[in-house]
Amino acid sequence: MERPIPDDLDSLIACPRCDLLHRVRPQSANTVARCSRCHVKLVTTRQDAIPRVTALAMTVLILMIAAIFFPFLNLKTGGLSNSASLFDAATAFQSGILIPLSGAVAALIIILPALRVTAIIYALLPLQMGRKPARHAPFAFRLAEKLKPWAMAEIFIIGVAVALVKVTGLAEVTPGPAFWAFSALVVVIVLKDTAMCKWSIWSALSQR
Amino acid sequence: MACTRCMKVQPPGRNCQRCAAPLHAREPNSLQRVWAWLAAGILLYIPANTYPMLRTSTLGSTSDSTIVGGVIELVHYGSYGVAFIVFFASIVIPVLKFVAIAYLALSLKRGVETTTHQRLILFEVVEFIGRWSMIDVFVVAILSALVQLDFVASVNPGPAAACFALSVAFTMLSAQSFDPRLIWDVAKKERT
Repeated sequence: MERPIPDDLDSLIACPRCDLLHRVRPQSANTVARCSRCHVKLVTTRQDAIPRVTALAMTVLILMIAAIFFPFLNLKTGGLSNSASLFDAATAFQSGILIPLSGAVAALIIILPALRVTAIIYALLPLQMGRKPARHAPFAFRLAEKLKPWAMAEIFIIGVAVALVKVTGLAEVTPGPAFWAFSALVVVIVLKDTAMCKWSIWSALSQR
Repeated sequence: MACTRCMKVQPPGRNCQRCAAPLHAREPNSLQRVWAWLAAGILLYIPANTYPMLRTSTLGSTSDSTIVGGVIELVHYGSYGVAFIVFFASIVIPVLKFVAIAYLALSLKRGVETTTHQRLILFEVVEFIGRWSMIDVFVVAILSALVQLDFVASVNPGPAAACFALSVAFTMLSAQSFDPRLIWDVAKKERT
């Protein structure tokens, strides 16, 4: 099988971390191929990666809509009460130099995660339905990968937990439906990201 | 040449044939950008700690608390676990990140005697953990959205929130501009 000069570049895979070249060989299902030098995950073989990622991405989108519009947390103390939605949390910074921060928080917890799953659905849904990839599919999927570190839904949930502890001394707080929707959303995002194998998806996208 | 985004191996060109991402053998000016973002991040971390993060007013009296102040307050309440999370996310992680990025960048120039493996692991940890510093900003956002009971109690964000958020964002950009392939280039040079 070993040839001195590879004439077929498609059978090669380069580690994104250390640039070492590997030859792709067919593998049995549910195994993980790692770089032999730096042990970065290269390929996870899962036949159902594309349907699974598409389905989970759609779930995220639906949960996100629920999370935005339902009340997120409810605060009660004495006779006073106040409820805040996710949208209120995002637009909490309203004084002076803090206004841009509102936009940033909204982007980090709502817009970017939503944009990311939309891009993934756009890129993968045609593949899932057995059609040719959409015209801007490579761009959409690249965007989704690039946004990955900036979509901070899971960090926001930890922040909520910390805030709850801080407030409990002061008043009674009850989580609303949006809170549970958002928690579920975080779990689904994590599931989606682990099911995703970049290499298989890119190979599927390039077969036009 | 290889694309770092989609791992396709291809002849040299301007853009990747498969995903159209700009294609470089090594990211141009990688180190320069790392240092620039890192400097911006460190500079903003100073006002983030000196200015108040939260402005709490209860029954007419107002009190400001900084990041460290918030942690101390949590310890007083007896919630050590949460105090630890906040302390870790907003003080330990940012400072360790500054040190780690600077160390990685310096180790490329001088060829410090650590195994390349450890440095790569360090890079992965820095890249993964950096986002988690944002916790404190989100805590402030939720608190100030939720605790708005007019006169009885209200919480408002302070200027430190913006500085801190920017500091975290800049160090994330710094870590992203770092090209991990450079670590292996140095390793190869040292071996020969």
